Amino acid sequence: MKLTVNGTAHEVDADPSTPLLYVLRNDLGLNGAKFGCGLGQCGACTVMVDGKAVFSCLTPVMLLEDREIKTVEGLGTIDNPGPMQTAFIEEQAAQCGYCIPGMMMRAQSILEANPDATDDELRHGLEPNLCRCGTHMRILRAVSKARTLMKSASAAPAVERA
Amino acid sequence: MKRLIVRFVILLAIVAAGLFAYAWKPAIDPATPPQRADFDQELIEKGAQLAAVGNCTACHTNPGGRSFAGSFAMPTPFGIIYSSNITPDPETGIGQWSEAAFSRAMREGVSRDGSHLYPAFPFDHFTRVSDEDNKALYAFLMTRPAVKQSPLANELPFPLNIRFVLAGWKLLFFDEGAHQNVASRSDEWNRGAYLVDGLGHCGACHTPRNAFGAEKPDAYLAGGEAEGWSAFALNEASPAPVPWTADSLYAYLRRGWHADHGVANGPMAEVTGNLGLLPDSDIRAIAVYLESLMGTPSAEREQRGEQALKAAAASDLVLASASGAQDDTPAARGETIYYAACATCHDSNRPQPFGGSNLHLSSALNAPDPQNAINVILFGLPAASGRQSSIMPGFAAIMNDQQMSDLLAYLREEFAQQPNWDDVASRLTDTRSGKYHVSVRPSDGIERGPDNVGAKDQ
Repeated sequence: MKLTVNGTAHEVDADPSTPLLYVLRNDLGLNGAKFGCGLGQCGACTVMVDGKAVFSCLTPVMLLEDREIKTVEGLGTIDNPGPMQTAFIEEQAAQCGYCIPGMMMRAQSILEANPDATDDELRHGLEPNLCRCGTHMRILRAVSKARTLMKSASAAPAVERA
Repeated sequence: MKRLIVRFVILLAIVAAGLFAYAWKPAIDPATPPQRADFDQELIEKGAQLAAVGNCTACHTNPGGRSFAGSFAMPTPFGIIYSSNITPDPETGIGQWSEAAFSRAMREGVSRDGSHLYPAFPFDHFTRVSDEDNKALYAFLMTRPAVKQSPLANELPFPLNIRFVLAGWKLLFFDEGAHQNVASRSDEWNRGAYLVDGLGHCGACHTPRNAFGAEKPDAYLAGGEAEGWSAFALNEASPAPVPWTADSLYAYLRRGWHADHGVANGPMAEVTGNLGLLPDSDIRAIAVYLESLMGTPSAEREQRGEQALKAAAASDLVLASASGAQDDTPAARGETIYYAACATCHDSNRPQPFGGSNLHLSSALNAPDPQNAINVILFGLPAASGRQSSIMPGFAAIMNDQQMSDLLAYLREEFAQQPNWDDVASRLTDTRSGKYHVSVRPSDGIERGPDNVGAKDQ
């Protein structure tokens, strides 16, 4: 079946009931999204589908034909990180880092839907994603910085700012 | 002819005067706000429990706002009604209300200033509350922190925005008067009936309403609606696959979940969260009364319950897989979705309340309408803040309406053995778009004001 990930169409040879997460990691080599609980309870596998955050571990690929999938790899590259990634790097918002791609994708979906989301709305919106290291304060700082960077992203690319 | 007209006018004037006399209520003089020392601590604590039965905080507190300070928007079919401030603030709350004024509001639905209260305030139930309990409630409310916060103005069309009109509603639908015990029943049963019909106002959600928003007296607890959720029938029409018993009702109301029935959801989660303040004996009484309303299940019903339990116990995630039928029917497509997206949790056999509940036991799938099943699949069950809770991820962003409708076709056929509901598509569209508003709340817990718990916390 055909899957569109980060703007690229892929022909995937997988059982339609396979969770998106497995296809991303095993078939497409996109290892950003992580397997945490497999039950949609931790958020490590969060990616975006049509702009909304979803748990890729319990999203079978059969539901995703003609949908736009975006993973953390779609937010920018190592050489040219996007505003969300830049914010996390600048705030050093990772301890073990396992939850971070999921955090970024959920934050990205919140801010794309509402660029002016308040700190409260961000905090509430990030609720489904867990961090076991206790990096929450840095994560929140990074996300609120991303809110600023995303607004000025078109004016001044993140890479030039740094 | 002239004389006839005069007579008619006089008659009309008499009727109008009669109606006016019925509708007009005097103001009760403002009282000096009482002090904490005016009340026994024991009375205040009893009032805290009663306020929990009444679920007062749910409507009189804005989520995250100050407790009992009101201005919570209650959508009704007639417009939005904002709850009043029932803290003892003298200017914006009920600080100047004497106990007599408070009791009259409970008993007659009349404000201290004499104006009629909207039946969004369930005085049709609270009229059953005893003087003694009103006294305790008064003591509890008058010792809460006073909050200065003017209630927002209701958004109601003419003539419903004229409170005088409510007298007509009362004339037609309001049955004023204290609760009457049934002599042939036990004290426990009568206590349960008193709590259910009075402060508990279970019928406000579980009894269907007529076009004027009044509960239908001939459909007592026969299933109603609350905040976008179907409130299931509490009589013999209960959709629970396993018939409720006093024991299972007790456990469910006490803890907010039961292994044979699942986890309290939507506005019911607030109710079970609130009931946590009640003594076991009161919850037992409610359970005993409700069991009697549901009646003794028929042999057929018992058998169905046993089959549901057996089927649930036999679920095995390792063996779980779609039947392999390649039919292109909605139910067959739905089955594939179920095994790919739902079975991981719902066939896991992990214990309640944190494992996904087995759908053979689902009341929502056996219900007369698909609303609760739709709500849960779209929005899931969000996590509670700062404590453990049952959760379910929502699938709104994952499944489109067609996929969800296929899934519902399968669920209904497989787990309720009933023909599919005929209004799935329209309900899905309206619920997803927000045209049909649904309150989504975490399980078992009242999350309202920061200081909404019992009397001992201050």
